[in-house]
Amino acid sequence: MADLKSRFLGIDSPNPFWLASAPPTDKAYNVNRAFEAGWGGVVWKTLGEDGPPIVNVSGPRYSALYSNERRVIGFNNIELITDRPLQTNLDEIRQVKKDWPDRAVVVSVMLPMNEEAWAKYLPMIEDTGCDGLELNFGCPHGMSERGMGAAVGQVPEYIQMAAEWAKKAASIPVIVKLTPNVASILPPAKAALDGGADAVSLINTINSIMGVDYDTLTMYPTTDGMGTHGGYCGEAVKPIALNMVAEIARTKGTAALPISGIGGVTDWRDAVDFLALGATNVQVCTAAMVYGFKIIDDLVDGLSTFLDQKDMTLDQLIGAAVPSVTDWQYLNLNYVEKAVIDQDLCIKCGRCYVVCEDTSHQAITHTVDDERHFEVIDDECVGCNLCVSVCPVDSCITMKQVSDDNADKLNWTAHPNNPMRKTD
Amino acid sequence: MDMEQPDVRDHRLSRDEIEANFSDLHAPLSRSEALIAADRCYFCFDAPCTTACPTGIDIPGFIQKIRSDNIRGSAKTILSENIMGGMCARVCPTEVLCEEACVRNTHEEKPVEIGLLQRYATDPVIDAGTSLFPRAPATGRKIAVVGGGPAGLSCAHRLAVLGHEVVIFNRDDKLGGLNEYGIAAYKTVNDFAQTEVDYILSIGGIEVRNHCALGEDVSLDELRNEYDAVFLGIGLSKANEIGIEGEDRRGVINAIEYIAKLRQAEDKSTLPMGGTVVVIGGGMTAIDMAVQSRLLGAKQVHMVYRRGPEDMSASAFEQALAQTSGVTIHHRAPPNRILGDDFVTGVEFEDESGKFVLYADMVFKAIGQHTDGIEGLTLEHGRIIVNAGRMTSLEGVWAGGDCVVGGDDLTVSAVQHGKLAAIDIDRHLGGTQNG
Repeated sequence: MADLKSRFLGIDSPNPFWLASAPPTDKAYNVNRAFEAGWGGVVWKTLGEDGPPIVNVSGPRYSALYSNERRVIGFNNIELITDRPLQTNLDEIRQVKKDWPDRAVVVSVMLPMNEEAWAKYLPMIEDTGCDGLELNFGCPHGMSERGMGAAVGQVPEYIQMAAEWAKKAASIPVIVKLTPNVASILPPAKAALDGGADAVSLINTINSIMGVDYDTLTMYPTTDGMGTHGGYCGEAVKPIALNMVAEIARTKGTAALPISGIGGVTDWRDAVDFLALGATNVQVCTAAMVYGFKIIDDLVDGLSTFLDQKDMTLDQLIGAAVPSVTDWQYLNLNYVEKAVIDQDLCIKCGRCYVVCEDTSHQAITHTVDDERHFEVIDDECVGCNLCVSVCPVDSCITMKQVSDDNADKLNWTAHPNNPMRKTD
Repeated sequence: MDMEQPDVRDHRLSRDEIEANFSDLHAPLSRSEALIAADRCYFCFDAPCTTACPTGIDIPGFIQKIRSDNIRGSAKTILSENIMGGMCARVCPTEVLCEEACVRNTHEEKPVEIGLLQRYATDPVIDAGTSLFPRAPATGRKIAVVGGGPAGLSCAHRLAVLGHEVVIFNRDDKLGGLNEYGIAAYKTVNDFAQTEVDYILSIGGIEVRNHCALGEDVSLDELRNEYDAVFLGIGLSKANEIGIEGEDRRGVINAIEYIAKLRQAEDKSTLPMGGTVVVIGGGMTAIDMAVQSRLLGAKQVHMVYRRGPEDMSASAFEQALAQTSGVTIHHRAPPNRILGDDFVTGVEFEDESGKFVLYADMVFKAIGQHTDGIEGLTLEHGRIIVNAGRMTSLEGVWAGGDCVVGGDDLTVSAVQHGKLAAIDIDRHLGGTQNG
C-alpha cells in the first residue's frame, strides 16, 4: 500500500485527511473519536476572544439539498464559532495533542481587527502545543456581520494586516482560510502571501438560501418565522472549490503558497481532484457530518490503492494536473473530437437524441431503416460532450479525436478571426 | 371407482386466514419508495413504455411529476389517457406491456416499476374523488352505452367529458364488469373496483340502469331509435364448453361463475371448495382460479393446459405466481373425459405418453368465453367486427372491449376501445374533439 504520510508546513500526519474546523472538531470527545477512526489531523473549531459565550440559535442550524433518493448533495449551516469557554477548549486541545502526538492538531481562530487581540490570544493558543493556526476569514454568516470571518476575507488589505499580526504573535505555521464569496480568489490569496502566511486553505462556505417552505412561503429554514443566509458546502460545491485551488496553484504570484483543499470531499476520488490540482492535503467536514467518521476508511484505502495502481507517490500526485489548466485563449482550436455511440452498449433510451435535437446541434439520429437507432451524424457533431454527459450508460458514448495529431496547433491568440491576434 | 361423497366443503380455512391470503398482491409504494423508483426512469425519447401501453399513457411524463411531488398532475396525465389507470395499475400484465419495453431491462434487467408508480399516483386522487376533468358544454346528444365493464365505463366517461349525456345499460347488480366480478380478489382489495366506478361516475352526465340486459330488457333497435349513438361493451358472457363426456357432472364449474361469487362474497370462507382441484385452461382466468383455490384452502391444485407454456395467454409472471402459490401446472394435455357418477371424481387427460387421470373433488373450466350473436352485427369467431374508430357494421353502433375482434381480454385494451369509440362517436355527432 502506498505510503500516505503527509507533511504540510512541516506538520506531520499519517495521512493527508484532516477534519475541517467545524462542529466535528468542537471538542475533545469528537476529536478523540475521529483520531480513533483514523483521521490524520483536525483543525479545531474556531476559537474567539474570551468573554461571554457565543450564542447560537436554537432552531435549525443545518439544512440539506437532497437528491431524489434523499442523498445529501449540498449542505447549509448558520452555526457560529465555538460556544464553549476559551479555557475549556485550550485545556482540551492541550490534552488531545498530548494523547495523539502523531496527529496534526491545528487551531482555527477568529479575532476582531485589532492587533492587541491577536497578540493576546495567539500565544495562549500556541502554548497548548498545537501544530499550527488557521485564521478563519471565511465564515459568511453571523460573525461576518460583526466585522469578522468573511468580512475580513473579502478585503485583501485586512487579510494581509491580520496575517502580519498573526505571524508576529505566533511562531507556529499560520494558514489563512479563504472565503469563496469574492469575485476572484487571487487577490485574497496574494494578500495572505504578502502578509507572511505560510499557506492558504479553501474554500470556506458559500452564501446560500436553501429554498422556500411551500406551506408557509417563507424561506427555509427559519428561526421563529425568519431566516438568514447560511454557508453552503458539500459535494455540490466541489467544482467551485477546485477552480479556486487551481487558480492559486497555476498563477505565478500565488503558486508558491501551499494549499489545504476544502470543499465537498466525500470519497477518495474527490481528494485526488484536489491534490492533483495543487492542494497538499484536504480537509473534510460535510461528508463526516452526513456519514460519520468511518468514511476515513475509504478515503485512506481508496487513495492508497489509486497511488499503487498509478505507481505514484503522494508527492508526485500533488499538483500533477496543474500544468493542464490554462486560459480559454490558449486552447488548441485545430483539435477536433466527435462523439461515438457504442451500439453494443446503447440501451436505446434516446436521451442523447432529445438533448442534441432540442438544445444543441441536431447531430444524432433516432431512426435508421425504420429501426429505433441512435447514431452520431459526424458532419453536424461539434464535439460538445452533451450526449456523453446525459447518457445513463457508462462509457456508451465517448469522444474520439478526428483531427490529425500532427496538425498545427492554433489558439485564439493567433486565430485569424481574432482582430486582436498576435502577429509575428 | 368408489362412490363416496367428494371432499367439498366451506371453511377449509378460517375467515382470518382467508382474509390474510387475499390481501394485496403487491403492497403500494411509500413516498420514499416511489421517489427512488421514479428516479430510475430515464425519461426516454419517444418512450418505448408509452408505445407498449395500449392506452398510450405518457409514462415518463407521469413519472417525472411523481419525482416533483406533483401527484395530482401525475394522476391527470395517467387518467386523461386511461380513466381506469387505477385498476390497470393493479391488473395490467405490465411485465409484457410497459415494463417489458423499459430500456432498463437492457441496462440491468430490472425495469422501472411502472405499475406500482401508476398506482402511487392515482390512488390518492381516486380515494379523495378529486375532480380532474371539466365537462365540455352540453351538446344535447344522448348516447346509450350497453355494458358496465371497463369498455363501457371508459366510453361513458369520455363521452361525458365531451359534453354528451350517457345512459349505461348494465345487466348486473353493480357496475364494473370483470373488474367487479372477474379479476382475482387479491389484485383489487378494499372494494377498489367500486371506488373507481364512483370516481368515474362523479364526472356527472352518466345515468346508470342496472339489471338491464340487452336482448332481454332492452333491444338494440329500441336503443338505436331512442339514442344518438349506441356503444356495445357487452363482453363475452357465455363460458365455452369443452365438449367432452361428463361435463355436466356436479362439481364441474365454470371458473368465471365461481370467481364472480368469490368476488361478491362477504365472507369468502363460506364458499365451498374442494380438497383436490383441477383447473382446465391456460389463460389469466385459469391462473386466477387455480391460485384462489389454493388461497381458499384446496390442498392440491392442478392446472392443465392443452398446449405449452409459450402458448399460454397468462404471462410468465402469472405462471410463476401460480407455481409459488402451490399450483402444479401440466402442459400439452388436452382433457379426454370427465370421470365420476353424480359428482365428478376426476379428469382423464391424454398427452403424448398416453392417458392419465387426475382425481378431483372439483373441476373448473377456464377455456374462454364467447358472445351470442347480435342480430344485424357482423361477427368473426364469435366477436364483433369493428373499424379503427370501433364502429360496427351497423350505422350508429360502436363496440369495444372483449366482445370485438382484436379484443385481447385485458382491462387496459377495453378502456382504450371505449375511449376511441367515444372520440369517434363525438366526431360523427359533429363534436369538435378529435382526440
